[in-house]
Amino acid sequence: MRVALFATCLGDTLFPEAVKATAVLLTRLGQEVVFPPGQTCCGQMHVNTGYQADALPLVRNYTADFADESIDAVVAPSGSCVGSIRHQHEIVAERYGDRSLRERVERAGAKTYELSEFLVDVLGVTDVGARFPHRVTYHPTCHSLRMLRVGDKPLRLLEQVREIDLVELPRAEECCGFGGTFALKNSETSTAMLSDKMRAVTTTGAEFCSAGDSSCLMHIGGGLSRLRTGTGTVHLAEILASTEQRFRSEEEVSA
Amino acid sequence: MSSAFLGFPTPPPRAPYATGHLRGDQSFPEAAHTALDDTQQRRNLGKATATIRGKRDQVADELPDWEELRSAGSALKADVLARLPELLERFEREVTERGGVVHWARDADEANEIVTRLVADKDSDEVLKVKSMATQEIGLNEHLGSAGISPVETDLAELIVQLGADRPSHILVPAIHRNRAEIRDIFLREMPGVDPNLDDDPVRLAEEARKYLRSKFMSTRVAISGANFGVADTGTLSVVESEGNGRMCLTMPETLITVMGIEKLVPSFTDLEVFLQLLPRSSTGERMNPYTSMWTGVTEGDGPEEFHLVLLDNGRSATLADGVGREALQCIRCSACLNVCPVYERTGGKAYGSTYPGPIGAVLTPQLAGMHESRDDPNASLPYASSLCGACYDVCPVKIDIPSLLVELRHQHVEQSRYTAEAAMMRASSLAMSSAKRFTKAQRASRLGRVLGGADGRISALPPPLNAWTSARDLPAPPKRTFREWWDSEDGREAVRAARREAERGES
Amino acid sequence: MNARDVVLGRVRDALAAAPPEPVTVPREYRGGRESSGEQRLELLVDRLGEYRADVYRCSVAETASTVAEALGDARLVAVPGGLDASWTEEFTGRVEVDSAESPVRWLEDVDGVVTSSAVTCAETGTVFLDAAGDQGRRALTLVPDLHVCVVDLSSVVLGVPEAVGRLDPVRPTTMISGPSATSDIELDRVEGVHGPRTLRVVVRVDG
Repeated sequence: MRVALFATCLGDTLFPEAVKATAVLLTRLGQEVVFPPGQTCCGQMHVNTGYQADALPLVRNYTADFADESIDAVVAPSGSCVGSIRHQHEIVAERYGDRSLRERVERAGAKTYELSEFLVDVLGVTDVGARFPHRVTYHPTCHSLRMLRVGDKPLRLLEQVREIDLVELPRAEECCGFGGTFALKNSETSTAMLSDKMRAVTTTGAEFCSAGDSSCLMHIGGGLSRLRTGTGTVHLAEILASTEQRFRSEEEVSA
Repeated sequence: MSSAFLGFPTPPPRAPYATGHLRGDQSFPEAAHTALDDTQQRRNLGKATATIRGKRDQVADELPDWEELRSAGSALKADVLARLPELLERFEREVTERGGVVHWARDADEANEIVTRLVADKDSDEVLKVKSMATQEIGLNEHLGSAGISPVETDLAELIVQLGADRPSHILVPAIHRNRAEIRDIFLREMPGVDPNLDDDPVRLAEEARKYLRSKFMSTRVAISGANFGVADTGTLSVVESEGNGRMCLTMPETLITVMGIEKLVPSFTDLEVFLQLLPRSSTGERMNPYTSMWTGVTEGDGPEEFHLVLLDNGRSATLADGVGREALQCIRCSACLNVCPVYERTGGKAYGSTYPGPIGAVLTPQLAGMHESRDDPNASLPYASSLCGACYDVCPVKIDIPSLLVELRHQHVEQSRYTAEAAMMRASSLAMSSAKRFTKAQRASRLGRVLGGADGRISALPPPLNAWTSARDLPAPPKRTFREWWDSEDGREAVRAARREAERGES
Repeated sequence: MNARDVVLGRVRDALAAAPPEPVTVPREYRGGRESSGEQRLELLVDRLGEYRADVYRCSVAETASTVAEALGDARLVAVPGGLDASWTEEFTGRVEVDSAESPVRWLEDVDGVVTSSAVTCAETGTVFLDAAGDQGRRALTLVPDLHVCVVDLSSVVLGVPEAVGRLDPVRPTTMISGPSATSDIELDRVEGVHGPRTLRVVVRVDG
């Protein structure tokens, strides 16, 4: 399949390791991975903060690259961005767009997948040949869970990883308190939610908290780092792309 | 102005700005600031919401047709809204034919006046009250008080709130923020004739409330209730409760006055078969609540001789005028969304400043009462009081898509607002990300942020408004290369080539 | 314009502003289920037990003795005018017939009340009273502290839809699921707030 990578603005700019891992993993699984260079951002932040008119150019830009028929599927290592593409782009297109935009939104949205969905539902794999010799707990993230309904797909993938010590996260399905601009507008409530999530993570004794969304990991990781808990974060894609030689080391060596 | 009103000369008015309890005096973040520091309340709420969540999950899961019931409930309430004029007229006719008197109230002020006049006509200076959201919403108790009439709340939790000169914090259990020791103190301080040796055993506390209210049930001539459901095709009203105080108020006094929002109809009597399954399981987590009363007009020799029904608008028609937002009017006030909301669990209900707290309150309150930007309205902060986690939508028995409604109301609020610094930032970021060329330029600029990171690449302090982030969280410094730079680099190409070789090896 | 016309006008205008789609209500939930008496009995007894209501099983012939047993040490018992007088024959205390003419206050001196029932839902353990002659006015089963309610197994249905289908909307109806209760204090369930503290259900298995 010809699979286009949607890096997401956050992944491209701040968390490139998760996107690199996605590119390498999909290639290793035999897909022809392309990166349409015109891509930028899905506009989720604008829609979720109330700025739908400002999301319109971003929706248009997304469909310009990804509605193209040469692309069989779009994969993004982010549940919330895929949720926005599949559920919010049509709201913006309905309100501000013309018929052709609505059609492109529908076409692009229908073939856009979150990573674990693509692996399990489209490629039909759960064992991607990964090895990750660490104690890991998994936070399922709200939009993957309740907007995309990915269910236990990420866990089924993680269970097949060699040498991983996967521990269950207490109250896993509860929000970490990120919520985009919620973390700024209601920063104290967000912090209260974060502190409970961090307590759940640290009680597992895990070295890493993993998730399928860099934004939630930025939040949880930002708190864990501030308190010097000694627990790190790692994107699901990075675990799945890890093999005998730790994937991250390639960048460290070359940099 | 929302596009929903295009071609619509005068949208129906919202609830009056200052009457009733549809607006707090602080924005949500300000109120939350205080609430988050209340350790006792945090603990009480955490325990209570966890308990009730567990019970709800159990009794919802045991029904194999729970999803089918939700679908039916959702469609029935959507049908009510779509046919509201004809159903209201039918309902009015049926109630009247069975001996009830129907009154209509445009808003809280009018409803308060109608009820107060009805009570005064009976020469009563005391009235019994069944827990009711509608009368709380319109501030009826305060209005009665100003007319020299004492309202007596008969639901235990409402009584605790009333005696404690407090405000309710939950739709179903208004005193959820209080623990037994606090309740004992309130009773000792405020309840006439209380046993001075009262301890904090809930059985003893409930017994004191029983003693205190029993004489009132026997002697008070007027009672005021709300309604859980009004059945359009039969004129039947229903109150769902647990303690029996509702049965007392609906049965013992000579006159009954019921205040009901115009959206609380169900089309036909048979449809109660859906809601009587959805409501108790969603609200108290029981298969059925202890008592449900249904009455149609007046019955000779059984219950009140006079029955008055006040049908209340108070911003409901304004909510109905919004094709998206009207979904909030499907609410049956079960409070399941409160119990699963991570924001509610930490701030409690009073932070929302409204009779309707939690996720449903955050979408219902601003629609009933408006978000008056020009007045710095606290209600304008409510649609943002959510991380959009979606837990509320999953438990809603009538499938109200609260997260989508929150997003819609945020849009409406931005449309109504003046141009702010935030709007400028959003516009700028939209512009910067509307093409890859501008985006990559912005990415290069953001790399300047690397200097903010310490030796370990952590950013721990940022200027406003981003200091709201760094007050509790670090941020990683931007990496040396963006993903697209790596992808276009020799290392990137080599990494992909290596992966392709692995794929080919795997295939051979 | 009066308030009625204003409110109805607003509602019409609101719907005209954003015309709703016509709604078809999906009715795929369970209803109209057939079940054996044994199945209903077992479910009902289980559910009543969870509400901490006391359950007595008996045959029609044993009604009087079972009712007497359920009334325990009550001394003054009230019954509705239409109740089968033979049901309280073996009760040794005083039996008074309630009527709409008696002031409700007299019920405060009553220890217990015996009534029949209209329909019962097994799945939720709910007894429906519809104020018929053998059930009396609503105050009768509300004020006294003990309610002995006789339920014939033939009037027990499986679920809520089956029960609602048997009701007459015009009659004042009270649904009872266990004794009066509150969970307002730390969500701890306390039985007996304002209604009867004790509910005893006599199920006549051949009735």
